[in-house]
Amino acid sequence: MEKVEEKFEPKIAAFVCNWCTYTGADLAGTSRLKQQTNARLIRVPCTGRIDPVFIIKAFENGADGVLVSGCHPGDCHYNAGNFHARRRWIFFKELLDFVGIDSSRLHFSWVSASEGKKWVDVVDGVINSVREKGPFTQYKKINREFEIPLETESKL
Amino acid sequence: MNQLIESAKDIFQNNKAAIIIGYTKDKSGRTKPFIAHNSDEAEKLTFNHHAVNNLAVYLTRLEKPKDGKIGIVAKGCDIRAINALIQENQIRRDDVLIIAMNCNGVVENQNEEFSKENTQIKCKYCQLRTPNNYDFLLGELEDFELPEDSQQELMNKLEAMTPEERWNFWESQFGNCIKCYACRQVCPLCYCEQCIVEKSMPQWIETSSTTRGNFSWNLIRAFHQAGRCIGCHECERVCPMDIPLTLLTRKMGMIAMKEFNYKHGMNINEPTLIGTYSTSDNEDFIK
Repeated sequence: MEKVEEKFEPKIAAFVCNWCTYTGADLAGTSRLKQQTNARLIRVPCTGRIDPVFIIKAFENGADGVLVSGCHPGDCHYNAGNFHARRRWIFFKELLDFVGIDSSRLHFSWVSASEGKKWVDVVDGVINSVREKGPFTQYKKINREFEIPLETESKL
Repeated sequence: MNQLIESAKDIFQNNKAAIIIGYTKDKSGRTKPFIAHNSDEAEKLTFNHHAVNNLAVYLTRLEKPKDGKIGIVAKGCDIRAINALIQENQIRRDDVLIIAMNCNGVVENQNEEFSKENTQIKCKYCQLRTPNNYDFLLGELEDFELPEDSQQELMNKLEAMTPEERWNFWESQFGNCIKCYACRQVCPLCYCEQCIVEKSMPQWIETSSTTRGNFSWNLIRAFHQAGRCIGCHECERVCPMDIPLTLLTRKMGMIAMKEFNYKHGMNINEPTLIGTYSTSDNEDFIK
């Protein structure tokens, strides 16, 4: 029997850079700022490390939205990682939009290590916008190709 | 094409190149890729409206001849691929001898006669009918106006749709994909020794031909062509399921043009777009 969900809670995969946003999110925690808890943080060395395939994989694994966040331009620990990343995102966001994954599911931000408050605002904003958009049923539908239908399962 | 045969013979006689990659007509009259090794074989070379294949794909696939350059017969779109390979440090300009052809458009179906209307889509918005980088330039340029570009219409139609409608369009298209990877094999710019789809630890892209795996494969393929695709439309030509793959790569090219005023494979001295960055790139979308 399928469970009836009373209230939709979005799942957000957040790819954050080790040096700025992760530390910023940590600051938000140590400062005891109140934030919603739908985002799962995935810590990567640098935004330049984020291959767009990670984002697709996140959607495949049931994410309703993805947030990518790193150091402000000029602050990169590796000097230019975020510049390279930014140029890639310009293409990738347009590509996803072109196949029908609109920009309300994929968010980008710069959050530095001192911006605990900004992190809370960004993450709340992303969660609210995805919640408004609803579950990513389209990707979930193509995911279901893998599930064994119930009646077949009983015969096995 | 006597002009082509003569210069090919001249190249072999004066040892200017070890082999020449070109086109020939087989017994059934089909124009197909062909590699000439000596002046006798050079007799078989030809160039016509059915020379659709982008021969630049062989430059990275062939073993480099020990004694001399690789000669290659190339039309405008193939020249862009060669330029792109030079820009990306895959081949050296000194290693290739480019026999460029003025191109009046190519027809995909070998049984059809050439006319303005039945040329490939790429010819309908071609901006490089006379190649810009060559050792020899052959052939006559006929004067004809570029016909209607039907793909642009479809592109506009898609862009006007809602995201949901676009998703449905691509879901039905990618649903047909059988993961034969012909699009990758034929692409002159897909030269990775190990493709991401073959990496299994971890496996990023599912190899099974399900809609989900097809989505990741086609999206990543298009993304890896972002700012790199030179628009030879070979992927779409070879696709056995007739998926309009060039819509995606053309879209990426349009963004490169809009955001960076950049076109890949036009100038061998220009740095690549995706390998460089600028501090003034657009960041309106980043909070």
